Amino acid sequence: MISRRHFVQAGLAASAIYGASGFGNWGRLSAQQALTQNDLLDFKTTGNVTLIHITDTHAQLKPVYFREPEINIGVGGVIGKPPHVTGADFRKLYGIPDGSAADYALTYDDFTSLAGTYGRMGGMDRISTVVNSIRADRADALVLDGGDTWQGSLTALRTNGQDMVNVFNALGTDAMTSHWEFTLGIDRVMEIVENELNFPFLGANIFDTEWDERAFEPYKMFERGGVQIAVIGQAFPYMPIANPGWMFPDLSFGVRQDNMAELIAEVRGKGAELVVLLSHNGFDVDRKLAANVDGIDIILTGHTHDALPEPVLVNKTYLIASGSHGKFVTRLDLDVRDGEMKGINHRLIPIFTDVIAPDPEMTALVDTQRAPYKAELDEVIGKTDSLLYRRGNFNGTWDDLICNALISEREADIALSPGFRWGASLLPGQDITREDIFNATAMSYPEAYRSEMTGETLHIILEDVADNLFNPDPYYQQGGDMVRVGGMGYRIDINQPQGKRITEMTLLKTGERIEPSQTYVVAGWASVNEGAEGPAIWDVVESHIRREGTVTVDPNTSVKVVGV
Amino acid sequence: MAFTRRKMLILGSASFATATLVGLPAFASLTDDAIIAITGGAETSDAGITLTAPEIAENGNTVPVEVSAPGATSIALFASGNPTPSVATFNFGPLAGSQTGATRIRLAKTQDVVAIATMPDGSFLRASVTVKVTIGGCGG
Repeated sequence: MISRRHFVQAGLAASAIYGASGFGNWGRLSAQQALTQNDLLDFKTTGNVTLIHITDTHAQLKPVYFREPEINIGVGGVIGKPPHVTGADFRKLYGIPDGSAADYALTYDDFTSLAGTYGRMGGMDRISTVVNSIRADRADALVLDGGDTWQGSLTALRTNGQDMVNVFNALGTDAMTSHWEFTLGIDRVMEIVENELNFPFLGANIFDTEWDERAFEPYKMFERGGVQIAVIGQAFPYMPIANPGWMFPDLSFGVRQDNMAELIAEVRGKGAELVVLLSHNGFDVDRKLAANVDGIDIILTGHTHDALPEPVLVNKTYLIASGSHGKFVTRLDLDVRDGEMKGINHRLIPIFTDVIAPDPEMTALVDTQRAPYKAELDEVIGKTDSLLYRRGNFNGTWDDLICNALISEREADIALSPGFRWGASLLPGQDITREDIFNATAMSYPEAYRSEMTGETLHIILEDVADNLFNPDPYYQQGGDMVRVGGMGYRIDINQPQGKRITEMTLLKTGERIEPSQTYVVAGWASVNEGAEGPAIWDVVESHIRREGTVTVDPNTSVKVVGV
Repeated sequence: MAFTRRKMLILGSASFATATLVGLPAFASLTDDAIIAITGGAETSDAGITLTAPEIAENGNTVPVEVSAPGATSIALFASGNPTPSVATFNFGPLAGSQTGATRIRLAKTQDVVAIATMPDGSFLRASVTVKVTIGGCGG
């Protein structure tokens, strides 16, 4: 376990780098003390290079509630290591008092009551204030976006990502990498990259399938504070498998570890004194990459939505995790001299909406993007009595609600909802607006299919997805959390090999075991196969919520997890 | 929005393509036999041979595989989980500029791809990579 003190010592031992990290003063402020913007942004500018990292905003322009996961299991060599630490263990690891602002921002417990105290988080106008404040101290600070930016809201869906492109251009972004961006389709991605984006769209691991040539710029060299900086972009490696490959048929991705080693040699050869990997690999893949490939100073991680108050040091590489949905921005001040990194000062800045003043220019820009859709966004569809959240390895109440909607609206025995990590939370007592439904469902392949599957097929699907989450080798972990299941319970032993993890599959409405040869009616959404048919998932959910009026989602006890 | 039962039946559509993943028997012994036919059961070394394949196949029908073993006289490639594991044998003459072969292979399911290089001194090199073939979907 790494305490703050140990982090500094580890840094010294490994590479004679001095460093500091943590929260500043705000982390220990209790609920009774008022947080101020200065508590969050007070940071002594050091070194000669500043990086600002934001990632996985999932098109959230406005502040949201977002509950961090309760269950985030590490397997193989990462059991109990960050980010696979939650709740009380997380608070203990990082010295966070119960009930504090940091507790609310970074862990899941008491979410509803702490949300009442500390309010929403994020908002691009608050993020803009933070960026402007940092640039007031260090004008040439690099703003780097880890991707999953153009998808996740009604407005991003309706404008094909245009709202986010406009906002990130205005933010003064210097580079980005990608994942869900490609679900807009390759034609739209190329239109944005070639004509609309004011900064490079980096993807060192994206190749043309036919000729095996690079499809996008792999890196960009910057000179800041007299330092040559290489920012290499790594897109989500499992793009054509986890998302519909037919939407970008001529592209190949992959981790491509050797390619990364070659690029590092190339940029070092060009004089790079600081090598930054702007990554959408996911934390465990980045941890393995950092262990196997020398020469990366900083990895700005993404995809797995982890927010860590301190860097994780692996083989002289500092891994940074900056959360999701606009909840956090990371500031890194680096001291780079004589061709190497000598010092690192790190701060994970929580974007408490009520504490940080909005930047009026950005507020206006955001409101302009949303104006054409305002009536549609604001319409109240129903109300929730339960906390609705998505994050967690196995289930969340948002997906339980979606599964309930699929079963009732599509008259199915069993419902499947993909294990996405994006989607804002709603508090008990809140109205559910159309915007809220889209925040949990907006994407470009929303068809709610209905089909018949045998028990054997269902078992194969669950085993396949489970291996993509719990394979002990991170390079073989393909995507999101476990597929969410409605109408069926099961037992999972995460330490078994593929084919042996899932047992005791039970049809909940009868209490009977699922028979391999029997056929069941299954409804789901977000099929990666071309030609899936059905109504859009948001219409299914809206219809269900309208019928219910006020929704209540009981705790899900139908998945039995063993081997943790 | 309302959905009638008739509409629903018309709209119904399968989501997950599973056909390629269902229960093929193990063919590892066929690969072992084929390797013994080359090496005569001699020890193999894993140094000096590089086998490159994706960790997870983007399309199991066409998986790019490259193998390189400097100095080899031939390299045989096997897909240990396919009904016919033998994929290709690359033979290199004395004037060959490099001892590298690349091809695309079809993989029926998750399996090890194995390469055996025969060296001019009669020794053998072996490399093996697991390639996962998955249904996909659900990418967070």
